Amino acid sequence: GVQAVQTFQHYFKQINLSMASAAVENFLKEDEEVKGFSFENCRRNAFLAKQGAEMPKARKTGTTICGVIFNEGVVLGADTRATGGSIVCDLNCEKIHYIADNVYCCGAGTAADTEFTTKMISSKMELLKLRTGREGRVISALRMLKQYLFRYQGHISAALVLGGVDVNGPALYTVYPHGSTDKLPYVTMGSGSLAAMSVFEDGFKLGMNEEEAKNLVFHAIRAGIVNDLGSGSNVDITVIRKGNVEVFRPYQVVCKKSERAGDYTFPVGTTVVTSSTEMVPFSALTVTDEEVMEIS
Amino acid sequence: MAVLIDNKAAMEPTQHRFSPYAMNGGTVVAVAGDDFAVIGSDTRLSEGYSILSRDVSKVRNVTKACLLGSVGFHGDVLTLTKMMDARLKQYLHTHGKEMPCEAIAQMLSTTLYYRRFFPYYTYNMVAGLDKQGKGCVFSYDPVGSYERESYRASGSASAIIQPLLDNQIGFKNQSNVDTSIPMTRERVRDLVRDIFAAASERDIYTGDEVEIAIIDKNGIETVRYPLRSD
Repeated sequence: GVQAVQTFQHYFKQINLSMASAAVENFLKEDEEVKGFSFENCRRNAFLAKQGAEMPKARKTGTTICGVIFNEGVVLGADTRATGGSIVCDLNCEKIHYIADNVYCCGAGTAADTEFTTKMISSKMELLKLRTGREGRVISALRMLKQYLFRYQGHISAALVLGGVDVNGPALYTVYPHGSTDKLPYVTMGSGSLAAMSVFEDGFKLGMNEEEAKNLVFHAIRAGIVNDLGSGSNVDITVIRKGNVEVFRPYQVVCKKSERAGDYTFPVGTTVVTSSTEMVPFSALTVTDEEVMEIS
Repeated sequence: MAVLIDNKAAMEPTQHRFSPYAMNGGTVVAVAGDDFAVIGSDTRLSEGYSILSRDVSKVRNVTKACLLGSVGFHGDVLTLTKMMDARLKQYLHTHGKEMPCEAIAQMLSTTLYYRRFFPYYTYNMVAGLDKQGKGCVFSYDPVGSYERESYRASGSASAIIQPLLDNQIGFKNQSNVDTSIPMTRERVRDLVRDIFAAASERDIYTGDEVEIAIIDKNGIETVRYPLRSD
């Protein structure tokens, strides 16, 4: 009987030890920071999709974005509609993202992807500027973007128009979701890119002045807004020159919200109050005991 | 030689099939009043992200007392309309009078169900005056299930519009409403116009123009208002 208990205790110690070591291992693992993307839900999502569950649609920007080089710099243009399926999510979203003081980037594709990608590269550009002590270059942002997107093999759906002015002069690039890039004097991306490109092919010439360039970009984006269902609302334009950036948000409202014929304000009493509790305002409280924490 | 199979979808056998249907978008709204009925539709025809036409109304006069609104696959809309026109002409010649609205509603239901196993991909609405002269609205699903209602929205923006109709015409989800204000033709027409303006803000397939038809014992009056063209 006693021997049996001793054996059991011995076993129990063993189990405890192994459990303890596992616990320690887990504790150590928790300390490891989870960086980048987490794929924990992928298997569960694939299983659910097989069962017939509908996956939520990522919010896409539909979009018409474009850029053009003129004699002093770069003009970037974008529409302002964000869609989730066939519903407009945002009537006035900002698609021209800040990368550096002299570099801006238009984004088409999945809204979250363009937002996070451009924010990340903007952060890296700032760190590079501090490390080198020099103004950032467009080509640096380009290199960072293409290497990042290629690493994700196109799963990050970000199609970008990158433009800016640096020591080498004005520069304009396109970046595709799989990581390829083009260096061109005029570019368009997004679902409305064909409509915008047709305007560019008609009206582009080398060595335009600022007014001509802004006008061309405006008409290109407008063509996308009016002819493409994924683009709409306003035209945003950003003009980048050496030492100076001008943001026109909006440059022009293409489709105004119309006046409503009727009055739809609800009179007081439309929502019946069934019960109410009075909230005590903060100022009515009296301080009984106070301790100031010192931050070292 | 080891092959890295990363893209499982590409390794599975796929079969390409021709789809006989397409989605051409559009929205129809109908409201029945005491002695009139109002039916409105947008005039945009689209496919994917492109606009095919900005001037195609989805509402047709089928008789002096009845209008038919159809949205969905435009090929089936046109064929269904032709079918209904032919049947209505037959009725007129057989019976010497135009088919009454309720009878048209039932006939549309049977016409749709006849194609139960290769449906007309259309969302229909019939609006007109019944035998008593009161406004009536019938709404359908693609295979012919129908119901008489006092108001209904169907088409691409129906999910956006129906709650607004419930609130403004059905007085749902509000209390202490002054229901003594009469539902006049002008009020309903302005409401339908505002509803389409709101729907075209948020639905990409609705826009360009709204065509509103008001039917009463004096006939059919049609009016058009501009909407967002983006």
